[in-house]
Amino acid sequence: MSQTTTEKSGAAVKAVEPKKKVVLSEGKRAERKLGWLLCAPAAFIMLAVTAWPIIYSVYLSLQRYDLKFPDRQEFVGLDNYVTVLSSPYWWNAVWVTVVMTVVSVVIELVLGMALALIMHRTLVGRGIVRTSTLIPYGIVTVVAAFSWRYAWTPGTGYLAELMGGDPVLTEKIPALAVVILAEVWKTTPFMALLLMAGLALVPDDLLKAAALDGASGWQRFTKVILPLMKPAILVALLFRTLDAFRIFDNLFVLTGGSQGTSSVSMLTYNNLIKGLNLGIGSTMSVLIFIAVAIIAFIFIKLFGTAAPGSDDGGKR
Amino acid sequence: MAEIVLDKVTKKYPDGALAVQEVDIEIADGEFIILVGPSGCGKSTTLNMIAGLEDITTGELRIGGERVNERAPKDRDIAMVFQSYALYPHMTVRENMAFPLRLAKVDNATVEKKVNDAADILDLGQHLDRKPSNLSGGQRQRVAMGRAIVRSPKAFLMDEPLSNLDAKLRVQMRTSVSRLQKQLGTTMVYVTHDQTEAMTLGDRVVVMRGGAVQQIGAPQYLYDHPANLFVAGFIGSPSMNFVPAGLEDGVLRSPLGDVPLTDRIRRMVEAADAPREVIVGIRPEHFEDSKLVEEHQRGGGHTFTSNVDVLESMGSDKFAYFTLSGEQATSAELAELAADSGTAEAGSGGGVPIVTRISAASGAREGEQAEIWFNADKVQLFDPATGRNLTYSEE
Repeated sequence: MSQTTTEKSGAAVKAVEPKKKVVLSEGKRAERKLGWLLCAPAAFIMLAVTAWPIIYSVYLSLQRYDLKFPDRQEFVGLDNYVTVLSSPYWWNAVWVTVVMTVVSVVIELVLGMALALIMHRTLVGRGIVRTSTLIPYGIVTVVAAFSWRYAWTPGTGYLAELMGGDPVLTEKIPALAVVILAEVWKTTPFMALLLMAGLALVPDDLLKAAALDGASGWQRFTKVILPLMKPAILVALLFRTLDAFRIFDNLFVLTGGSQGTSSVSMLTYNNLIKGLNLGIGSTMSVLIFIAVAIIAFIFIKLFGTAAPGSDDGGKR
Repeated sequence: MAEIVLDKVTKKYPDGALAVQEVDIEIADGEFIILVGPSGCGKSTTLNMIAGLEDITTGELRIGGERVNERAPKDRDIAMVFQSYALYPHMTVRENMAFPLRLAKVDNATVEKKVNDAADILDLGQHLDRKPSNLSGGQRQRVAMGRAIVRSPKAFLMDEPLSNLDAKLRVQMRTSVSRLQKQLGTTMVYVTHDQTEAMTLGDRVVVMRGGAVQQIGAPQYLYDHPANLFVAGFIGSPSMNFVPAGLEDGVLRSPLGDVPLTDRIRRMVEAADAPREVIVGIRPEHFEDSKLVEEHQRGGGHTFTSNVDVLESMGSDKFAYFTLSGEQATSAELAELAADSGTAEAGSGGGVPIVTRISAASGAREGEQAEIWFNADKVQLFDPATGRNLTYSEE
């Protein structure tokens, strides 16, 4: 989407440029120069904090570089990638991450939509409803994760007592379920907030028209509200999918990656920071970066056809 | 098709605001009725209550003889066209028009046929596969109408459907709405704030003000026999001239001069128990350049002489504007009309403005004195306190 628009605007600028060059006055040129100067610090910082680490990670991923044996640093090409991609730990982490991402984002979408509808429709006590809905999102994730951990700890936690005193965090599937629960509890409000912004864009007249056309409440939701909200839904899904794919804090506190519950981020952390293996750790970082880029790319492709009412979406 | 009856329908909002007050309207089967009034007069609220989009606080709404107060909009079998058109942007024209039929689970062949028929009537045939965003305002408006007519509902409700069109297209669409209604013979309730649309379209017009019905009647009847100052000022363009006057012994003392009442008017005024101070209303077309009035007619009128401020030639006739010395007529209803038309601040600095519509043959010139005659039997007298028309008679 952004690709085509920049191309278009670029072309437009080009078409106008010859004329513009002539009329560009002294003041205008000074203004443009000032504009560039004002942008420069931000652009420089962006390069320093994003571009450089990415390039450096790629460089490190091509080295054998273990801080325990710093003398053996050597360029090894794609060897690290072969090591990582043939490791069962890596693939287990990938599956754990994908499952957690898909399950938590789907649940968040459904719950978030319900919350958004409630917040949108509430007439009485709107402020209280919205505030109370958003509270979980306002709590620091690590703090929330600790309270979940205590709640699930047999002997001290009320949730563990309710579930019959089983140590759920010590088994793979129940532990993952608890992590997903914590994720959902924490980020559903964020989803609801984004979806509510989308709901506000559906004109009232359309819903009135649909009601008169004979649509029931559910039909109005599926046939009018959802299609019109598609861009907002995609934005919310993109944000949450990318976030969920990089899940770390909840997992770190709740299971610490034990019982095969490591996500890719967790595994990277263990290799890079705990294991001090810069080569393997960087390789994993680069792989996560590529995965995130692919997810973003897919969503952005979907955006292109998402704007309701555009004929040239090329969907059919 | 069905008749619609509003029986003392009232809408009161939770905050106590009274939007619509005991409205009684009986709309006959197949009738084209217009709700007209300035913004905030309750006409759209009334329409929404008929549609079921707003609850009725008290009173009863009957469609085809059945009470429908409690029915959901979809169970009332009425179609509505919105000012914003309310087309579904993610559907093509065809899908938009087919939407109500699909929801009603009509079979494909019938849907196809009905949509194509409606498209033929509205001349949308070549646009069926386009999205609303690629249509012009007029085309969107026709799609909205198409979506309403495919269902063959009991009644059409139109909420200012032409307000978003440019002036020329509006006139064109006005005629086609009128033609469409006659062709389909379906009851139609049409809301507008434009008195020209009200005059030209409807079988009957309901003039509303502040949530209450002022008068119901055929357009010509409202024009000739307004029940009060508000209706008199609202209907007609340019609007009626209002001049304050004192009533003494059957003579009107006003900036227009001392005008003896005709026998017909004197009888009505006596019957109506008129106050001493009144407002005289005269339509622009009841003035004429006195040189063009034949001798035998003159006796039935009165003349005044004044300076022509502005003269507009319309080709078929001329509008001559005067400012007579004196105080402007004041009343709550006139103030509201002025506020609605945006002329409240633009009021002339002093004096009584008069608009006259005189023959194109008149030799009157801008900036020069002209002698103007008016028909004394056509004047209407209003009570400034209540707005009541003192010369109103049910004829």
